[in-house]
Amino acid sequence: MSLEIMIVKIRIDGKYYETKLGKNLLEACLELGLNIPHFCYHPALGSVGACRLCAVKRFKDADDKKGHIIMSCMEPVTEGMIISIEDADASAIRAAVIEGVMTNHPHDCPVCDEGGECHLQDMTVMAGHNYRRFDFKKRTYKDQDLGSFINHEMNRCIQCYRCMRFYRDYVGGKDLNAFAAHNYVYFGRHENGALESEFSGNLVEVCPTGVFTDKTLKKHFTRKWDLSNAPSVCVHCSVGCNTIVSERYDSLRRIMSRYNGAVNGYFICDRGRFGYEFVNDEKRIRNPKIRINKNEKQEEVSENNLILTSLTESFSKDKKIIGIGSPRASLESNYSLLSLVGQENFYHGISKREYNLTKTALDFLRSSSVKTPSLKQIEKADVVFILGEDITNTAPMTALAVRQAVRNKPKAAATEKGIPLWNEYPIRNYTQDSKSPVFIATAIKDRLDDIAEKTFRGSNADIAGLGIAVGSLLNDEASTLKLSSNDQQELAEKIALSLKNAKHPLIITGVNCGDEEILHAALNISIALRKNNPEAMLSIALPECNSMGLAMLPGKPLDEAISIASNEIIDTLVILENDLYRRTTKESVDVLFEKSKQVIVLDHLINKTSQDVDIVIPVSTFAESEGTLINNEGRAQRYYKAINNKDEVKESWRWIGDLIKLRNNDQSIPWNNFDELVSSLVNELPAFSKLKEYMPDADFRMYNAKIPRQSLRYSGRTAMNANIAVSEQKVAEDNDSPLAFSMEGQGEQPPSSLVPFYWTPGWNSVQASNNYLDELNGSLKGGDPGIRLVESNGENKSSYFKIDSHTVDLQKNELLIVPAYSIFGSEELSSAGEAIKQRIPEPFVYLCEKDADIFEFKDNDMITIEIAKSKIELKVIIENSLKQGVAVVSVNLPGMPFIDLPASGIFSKM
Amino acid sequence: MEEAGQYPYPAVACIDALKIVQHHRGWVSDDSVKDIAQLLEISNEDVDGVATFYSRIYRKPVGRNVILICDSISCMIMGYESMYEYISLKLGIHFGETTNDGRFTLLPNSCLGDCDHAPAMMVNNDHYNKLTFEKIDELLSNYK
Ligand code: SF4
Ligand code: SF4
Ligand code: FES
Ligand code: FES
Repeated sequence: MSLEIMIVKIRIDGKYYETKLGKNLLEACLELGLNIPHFCYHPALGSVGACRLCAVKRFKDADDKKGHIIMSCMEPVTEGMIISIEDADASAIRAAVIEGVMTNHPHDCPVCDEGGECHLQDMTVMAGHNYRRFDFKKRTYKDQDLGSFINHEMNRCIQCYRCMRFYRDYVGGKDLNAFAAHNYVYFGRHENGALESEFSGNLVEVCPTGVFTDKTLKKHFTRKWDLSNAPSVCVHCSVGCNTIVSERYDSLRRIMSRYNGAVNGYFICDRGRFGYEFVNDEKRIRNPKIRINKNEKQEEVSENNLILTSLTESFSKDKKIIGIGSPRASLESNYSLLSLVGQENFYHGISKREYNLTKTALDFLRSSSVKTPSLKQIEKADVVFILGEDITNTAPMTALAVRQAVRNKPKAAATEKGIPLWNEYPIRNYTQDSKSPVFIATAIKDRLDDIAEKTFRGSNADIAGLGIAVGSLLNDEASTLKLSSNDQQELAEKIALSLKNAKHPLIITGVNCGDEEILHAALNISIALRKNNPEAMLSIALPECNSMGLAMLPGKPLDEAISIASNEIIDTLVILENDLYRRTTKESVDVLFEKSKQVIVLDHLINKTSQDVDIVIPVSTFAESEGTLINNEGRAQRYYKAINNKDEVKESWRWIGDLIKLRNNDQSIPWNNFDELVSSLVNELPAFSKLKEYMPDADFRMYNAKIPRQSLRYSGRTAMNANIAVSEQKVAEDNDSPLAFSMEGQGEQPPSSLVPFYWTPGWNSVQASNNYLDELNGSLKGGDPGIRLVESNGENKSSYFKIDSHTVDLQKNELLIVPAYSIFGSEELSSAGEAIKQRIPEPFVYLCEKDADIFEFKDNDMITIEIAKSKIELKVIIENSLKQGVAVVSVNLPGMPFIDLPASGIFSKM
Repeated sequence: MEEAGQYPYPAVACIDALKIVQHHRGWVSDDSVKDIAQLLEISNEDVDGVATFYSRIYRKPVGRNVILICDSISCMIMGYESMYEYISLKLGIHFGETTNDGRFTLLPNSCLGDCDHAPAMMVNNDHYNKLTFEKIDELLSNYK
């Protein structure tokens, strides 16, 4: 099919409209703002024509007065087609379909968590079925316990099969299925238990009824119309998915996905959706704490000013102050710390390994001409080679994008046969199991193995070796390197050939695997590919939500601060939103703290670091502040507060502004609000200059009003503070953003970066998001929010990395250890929440049977590993996909000490 | 249970595996579902989806003999209801139940393809049509 976009004219209920060839009629109508009720069609899942709700009438020509009923989701648009949505027959069918599904649907909207944002409610109203005639018994089911994320209430099911098509077809999940037949069809698991997929939470949005709902919301349930919302960005990994965060009575109630055509599309992962509970946690720091001397306990102070006055002395000009930034704090907060301490005293609060690898990644993305893709572009890749990184656990949505990429080759083949891309089942039928090739080289079996054409298991050196071989095969300049094993050589040749023949080849690697050789090998492959193919892509998963932003700021690695501390005395050490015990060994942190006269931590949760310092300053989380995060592709995205700060909590950058005032010993605060802070950042650091143009300032107005965070139906405004004062209170002011803590000012749709929630007339459910898009599955009206600050520079002049492979000589009882990340557990903030806690594994080590036999370990044995002098205790899990001599150890799980992996470690029984 | 080897995808052997288990055990337990899943390298849910789809794969224990009465349209017209009531009264069980002595389980079944000789029913694999009360008395006595 030619890529040319053909515009066609269609007539709907007597009016002419234009749309693009290749769409189905339902899609076209929805994009034109014409409402056609539908259940089974979902823009990301395509059409299957199962629910029969989208019936409309089609007329052969202008003379045809009778017409015939069609399913709009299954009908390609054609030039001159004449249809009617309002036609009486079509309307009657739609109402009858609703009446049909309603025969079994309980009338329990008032106690249903979906109520008020239910697609079924919307469709019932839209289709015009008003009165129940069915007075027989309804079928009832037993519900299942699906774990801590999702609530199950099967009686509400209308058998649209969207859940299956999302969970099984789109995500590749295996543990949810349709059971039984006809009137008894049941969607669930074989038995009670948590849904295994990392993306299960999207069922909450995909299911048009209240079968699957958010269990974390249930704990503090609030109707959609009573939530106060803000556009936000996920803080739990480097992908930067867009989210909507929602508040009621000062607590964060839930997170939903916010559409971004270039990033996460319609979905987010479960860490992103359910990881928010730390915001409401009792471990939150709400008041400043002071400890007079090191042996005493920290005492709470409830006066901000007290803290600041007590700090006057420590921040005087002659004092040596060191600042430690954080990859989980916003760009602005990091920048404000940088301004406080000066570039020479600013340290990135990450290990040297992470620092170097992230810098390598950033420098490469900046200087090379290799494209770094958005998730949307990853979905377009036709050959993927993953080296060393377990992306399902470190950058989950990237893995979901790769799962879509495997359908490109078969989809292209189906298109040639004339099957339109939205026509889901014919495509699946025609293409069966065929997939675009994905090659995965990791130490241990991978969650993506089921879509891989070939997998490779080996040590990091083996993986790097394979990568180097592939690179050399693609690089005309280098002499080809032959791998010693024939199988491996064959695999390298196969991968190289596939990549070479691909239109959109994609290399994926990451910083989390911690291996420079692998990273360099991956970069070299991308350079070689780029020489002959300008479409070659490279995606690098980074450790945290703002790893990239931090890397773009000047500063040195944490280890250098520690070496300074061993030589000279630091007057004041300021740590920004960072638990240093996760970054380096306990001994190193101890040195740093001992050599600092005063340690100040700004953070929101009590952790090992904030527990043991002289001053703790309570700061806002992402839900209570504005900030910018830069994701792994270099895309800057802004998040806004949903909760107004309470108690003594303030944004880090605001606190630090006060500290700068102390430091300068004058009356002026360097910035009074967020916009001034961003201006200051942009003026000082040109790398961020684009930031200023991208977001509307706080004085942005629509029809002279700010953008309301609350819906028009928001209830209780006049009563919710009655316990404080009976007269209605003034709404909280927000001088940092164009959003208001109010329901007033509802006008047109706000700019795409400022949409606090989706609602359009007739559409109360998440389906309303369709009306905010230019094209379904496409971009938001006015363009997708976010701006790329790191762009490849067009010219291809990057030079290959010289890779010195070094082999490690293993001692007796020693094995090579590579890190294993867990989507639930390895990320600090999400791990503090109850729902996630239930999914966190115990610290573990994977060993192959042969190694386990040598050490006489059995499954579930607790053993000790000594890595670089620190000892850790772990549970053995025998896993035979591992190569002998390689062990995989969980990292960053709660309670685990810092371990710098990959490394070798000595194994022994406990 | 090694039929699996005959197919390019072991999952295809799922129905056969269920039938074999049922043949030996009389019904398919949760544990059997898991065993089959493991053998065929598919998920428990995949196996159970198939098992629960077919009305003649029993996911609960049944009696030694299973009576399947046709409740579809032709039999309905030709008096299936009175046949059902008669059997139900005679054996003291309703649909989905098993007699205390474990001799009979009573289940509904859709069209048996014998509409022109309705009402029809099956006991185990034996087919009966043109049912009358007398015929039912007689034929049931043959099943112990
Ligand atoms: S559970 Fe929800 S998504 Fe699945 S079939 Fe039922 S109504 Fe549709
Ligand atoms: S993939 Fe990363 S950014 Fe996206 S929702 Fe999951 S944790 Fe958040
Ligand atoms: S949306 Fe068209 S049949 Fe369901
Ligand atoms: S309806 Fe009973 S056999 Fe056909």
